[in-house]
Order: sequence, then C-alpha cells, then structure tokens
Amino acid sequence: MEYLPNIIFAIFLIAGIGYFAKNVKKLIRNIKLGHKVDASDHTSERWKNVVNIALGQSKMVKRPVSGFLHVIVYVGFVIINIEVLEIIIDGIFGTHRIGLSILPESVYGFLIGSFEILALLVLVSVIIFWIRRNVIKIRRFIGSDLKGWPKSDGNIILYFEVVLMILFLVMNATDTSFQNMEAGNVVSQFIAPWFEGLSAGTLFTIERTAWWLHIVGILVFLNYLYFSKHLHILLAFPNVYYGKVVPKGKFNNLGAVTAEVKLMMDPDADPYAAPAETAEDEVPAKFGASDVMDLSQVQLLNAYTCTECGRCTSECPANLTGKKLSPRKIMMDTRDRLEEVGKNIDANNGEFKDDGKQLLGDYITNEELWACTTCNACVEACPVSIDPLSIIMDMRRYLVMEQSAAPMELNNMMTNIENNGAPWPYNQMDRLNWKDE
Amino acid sequence: MSEQLKVPTMAEMMAEGKQPEILFWVGSAGSYDDRAKKITRAFVKILNKANVNFAVLGTEESNTGDVAKRAGNEFLFQMQAVMNIEVLNGYEVKRIVTCDPHSYNCIKNEYPGLGGNYEVIHHTQFIKELISSGRLTLEGNTYKGKRITFHDPCYLGRGNGVYDAPRDVLKKTNATLVEMKRHKSTALCCGAGGAQMFKDAEPGDKEVNVLRTEDALETQPQIIATGCPYCNTMMTDGVKFKEKESEIKVLDIAELIADA
Ligand code: SF4
Ligand code: SF4
Repeated sequence: MEYLPNIIFAIFLIAGIGYFAKNVKKLIRNIKLGHKVDASDHTSERWKNVVNIALGQSKMVKRPVSGFLHVIVYVGFVIINIEVLEIIIDGIFGTHRIGLSILPESVYGFLIGSFEILALLVLVSVIIFWIRRNVIKIRRFIGSDLKGWPKSDGNIILYFEVVLMILFLVMNATDTSFQNMEAGNVVSQFIAPWFEGLSAGTLFTIERTAWWLHIVGILVFLNYLYFSKHLHILLAFPNVYYGKVVPKGKFNNLGAVTAEVKLMMDPDADPYAAPAETAEDEVPAKFGASDVMDLSQVQLLNAYTCTECGRCTSECPANLTGKKLSPRKIMMDTRDRLEEVGKNIDANNGEFKDDGKQLLGDYITNEELWACTTCNACVEACPVSIDPLSIIMDMRRYLVMEQSAAPMELNNMMTNIENNGAPWPYNQMDRLNWKDE
Repeated sequence: MSEQLKVPTMAEMMAEGKQPEILFWVGSAGSYDDRAKKITRAFVKILNKANVNFAVLGTEESNTGDVAKRAGNEFLFQMQAVMNIEVLNGYEVKRIVTCDPHSYNCIKNEYPGLGGNYEVIHHTQFIKELISSGRLTLEGNTYKGKRITFHDPCYLGRGNGVYDAPRDVLKKTNATLVEMKRHKSTALCCGAGGAQMFKDAEPGDKEVNVLRTEDALETQPQIIATGCPYCNTMMTDGVKFKEKESEIKVLDIAELIADA
C-alpha cells in the first residue's frame, strides 16, 4: 500500500496528458480540413515575428495597461510551471522537494523565491483583469458577441489562476521544513502565521492537500484549454509564424481564376487541352468560401488561436458605427462551425455527413460581410496576427462568383467596369477629358 | 480652370520614339469624378512646374479592377488586370505614379502575380522626391501657420506602411501639422474602401465618414489634408454634414502643393 499515492499520481498524470493528446489530435485533424497554404517563403521574417509578436508580445503592449498585466501573467505562468517539473518527479518517485537534493539551498531558495513573487504578481494582475471585465466593463468585453460561454470562459480562467496561485503559496506556507529553511519563502512567510498553532499533523495534511490540488488543477487546466479561448497560450506561436508577411493591402489572386482568365484572353489556347493540365488538384470545387472546409489551414488555425480579446472589433469602423459586423465574431463563428463539423465527423466514423448547415448564412450573415471596408484595422490590431479580413473576403468571393448575390449597386458598378472600364457609366473615350476642363 | 496643361499620352510619346521618365496612372476617379479631376489637374500642374517628363495612357487606361476584387469579383479583377498589364508592358513601362492609393496598392502588390512588374509610387512620395532633389521649390507661404491635419488612407498607410511621405511633404509648407488621436497605423477608415463607395452603408447608428470627420474636427484644423480621391469625397461630405464647410477645407496634398 505504501506506493498507492505514487500509483494514483501516475494515473492522474497519464489520464490528464492522454486526454489532452487526444484533443490535440482532433484539433490538428480539424485544421487539416482546410486547404494547404504554402508558407515556405519569408522564413527569417516569420521567425522574427514569432520572437517579437508571440514571445515578445510587441502588439500586446500597444495598449499599455492590459499589455503590461498580460506580460506579467504570461511570464509568471510560464516560469511558475517549472515548479510543476519538481511536483511531477516528487509525485512519481514519492520524494519531497527533489530540487533540494540536487541544487544548493541558496539556488533552490532563489528559484522558489522568484516563483513566489511571480505568483503574487500574477494574483494581483488577474484580480485587475477580473475587475476590468466585470466591474469597469470595458466596451470590448461586453459586446453582443461575448455573451454566454465566451463570457464565462473569460472569467473561469481567471478563477483558475487565482486558485492555482493560492494553492502554490499555501503549499509552501504549510511546509514546515521549507519555512524553517528560511530561503525562498519570500511571500509564503507572511501566510505561514495564519496557520500558526495547528498541529504538525494538520499542517502536513493541509500541505499535502494543497500539493495534490495544485497538480490536479494544472492537469484540469491543460485539458480545459481545448474548450477555451486559452488555446492561444499554445497556438499563438505557430499562428504568428503563419501570419501575413506581405503588405496588408495585398490580397491573394485566386489561381483557379487566373487559369480561366488566361484561357479566355488567349485566342490561341486550345480550350480542350488546358483543363486537363490544371484539373489535377488545382481547380477547387467552388470559388471563395461558404463553409470552413473552403478556408485555408491558416485561417482555421487563426480561428482556434483567437483570444476573443476584441481588440479587432474595437478598431473596426463598421462596428464602431453600429453595424452588425464584428471581426471577433467572424473568428468565433469560424471556430464554432469548425468544432461542429469536427463533432459531426466524430459521430459518423470519420466522414463528414451533410448537416444542411454552413458557415455562411447559419453563422455569418451577408449583412455582416458587406459592411466591411477592407481597412485592415482588425488585422493591425490583433496581438496574435489573425486575419479576419481574409475570411470576409473569401466569403464575399463566394457570394459574388458563385451566387451573384452582391448588393444591386455593386452589380451595377461591376457591369459598368465590364462595359466601359470605369465604375460609372461614362464613355471610355472621355477618359482624358479632364485635361481640357 | 482654363490653365493649359501639358498632358502627353504614351501613344504620342511612342510615335515620337520617346520614353517618359514616369507613367502617371490617373485612375477612374481621377478621370471622371468631378472633385477628383481637380486633384488630377493639380498634380499635373506640379509635374509641369517641375518639368517632369511624364505621360498618361489616356483612353487606353482602364479600371484597375481593384474595386471589383474588393467586392469579391476576382474574375472581373483579373480580366481588367490582364488587359492593363498588356498595355503597360506593350509600352515597356517601368515606373508608375498615381494619386489613388487603391490603384497604387493594386498595381504594386496584385499585378506582379499576373505578369505586371513595375515600380509604383504614390504621388505624395513622388512630390517628396521632387522637393528633396530640388526639382520642385515651394515659393509662397500660403500655408504658413495654418493648422492642417492629415487623414491616412487605409491602402497607403496600414495597407503599405507609407506614413511619412505625406507628412514630410506637408511639413515643407510651413504649416502646423496636428495629428488626430487615431493616426498612422491606428487611423480610422473614411468609410469608402472595400467597394463601400459604390453602395449604401449597412444599417447602423452613424456613417463612418461622419465619425472620422469628428476625429478630424477635434484637432481644430483649418485644412483636412487627404491623399486619396475617395477619402477626399468622404471627408468633404463629413465636413458638410457637420456644417463646417465655410471654416474647414478638405484638400488633397497635390492641391495644397500646387498652390504652395
Ligand atoms: S477590415 Fe473590415 S472587419 Fe476589419 S476592421 Fe476594417 S471594416 Fe472591420
Ligand atoms: S481576432 Fe485577434 S484581435 Fe480579434 S478577438 Fe481574436 S485575438 Fe483578439
């Protein structure tokens, strides 16, 4: 029976990591539903972005208050989790503070001491975050696209962090031998007196309970990620790598269209020969996107990475003037639909069965799509290099090229361009008249 | 406006066996829109004054296809692009200047993939070049001490990272440059982009151009400077909506410099 704790620990660990791995596999499968993108260009710039934007959070700090607090929580969280390494080793081998038998007391003390300070800073930041969300009610946190689950999600994660940080500090405060060492208990020495007068046995029980809850909490947190906007902790890195590296104003040219245009413009082209060349896998079933499978893998990765921070929406001219469009909602809708498609595939033995729904119409309306000015403010604002505009554009392409469903005025404009090379009904021969007016 | 402008076309140049230093891409707005035509003429006045050897395509120019692309019509865009590229390549054009950031962005970024490779510059960049090389000198002090605020066009600023050229040119007029709260990378759109210019806005509680005009009014400007024909229309309408047209002028940088 003496190994029972070790065994229980190992089971928790395997279950926790196993379930996480299963969800990661699902995530990758879902992202692969999108079509491939070639991202072999601009390699050095991509890495630079990862270092600056993802690791260095250069875009986060454009808004100094939330940016600064976020850096604390991020750095704190990452570093404190080094402590988890010790917990895992202790748990499996039944040791206690294995670090102490490896490192000199002063070094170990320094490490734990910095973790304690960070834990306190994280605690304070998280509380400020909570106040910003729930008391001050900053506009981007109360938008109509942030009701229900996304709203609770934002708060749940804050409670999680509070509990984990408190458990960490209590665990240290009730560890009598650690307190007696008088190195590293920078913060916990002030908590220790709260437990004064308790018997050694009770103290031990509290310490163990905090220890267990802490590691179980971390495993639960890990598995919570998949269902939460907090996937960005992991996905921000690849997402920034695959982010846009050409000028923001540059939109992609559809290759399938190029093939057809060439054919139409070149009188010598053999109309029967050409399709055979391009038919392999070049020509997509449709132009533009009406559902998540029509989007690219990068766009789907974008959807899973979105932190729902709403910085995009708070800069969007359409949203600021009361239109229905919210770039954040575009990303959240894409993720929700992708999850729905994923579940459908799970339920049907790995095959997607038509459910009569799609991203366009069931999630995102034409009204939202037509309100976009393509101004790139959302792309500029996003701290993790997400491009909501590219999804909007792909869906417009579907509306126009597959459904001819552009607003009437735009159809007129396009007919004018077709007929006389200008968006207005003027004669091509009058193009130079301005010179003599 | 009776002032006689020298506007050679590529066809005329070709007939004389000459190649201009630069092609001026006028764009659809600059060719047909009454307000934008004034910007076109002002820019040509600058080109004439600086003795720039330029040409236009004239009736051989067609719409870039930019607005069709943003509306979602990739077919129409590529048809237009291929047609224009054929003409441009036929004349062996190397360098293009335009007053329209949408044409600028489209030709610079989206034409190369279809076979059109040119050096494309915005007119504010070209004016800056003319001033710093000494080819253009500003004579008067028309704008000395005047409060001017510059509205960044999305496709020049965020779209292509050109923030300084227009500001550098404005500083040369000895005006006092005042920035709006949202400027450069955080500038608010005027509301015309993405084909919005050609349709009514979706239901909302305000027009984008009015919100942007309010941004500008906060700086208490005497002049709102623009660098895009569509922005110009939007801001002009915004100023009218706010009934400030008697106090505040909306002028393109080309117009400002032509009179400086
Ligand atoms: S590009 Fe479209 S969605 Fe993005 S901020 Fe501009 S108007 Fe809004
Ligand atoms: S797209 Fe980017 S800016 Fe917008 S909510 Fe998601 S993470 Fe935030």
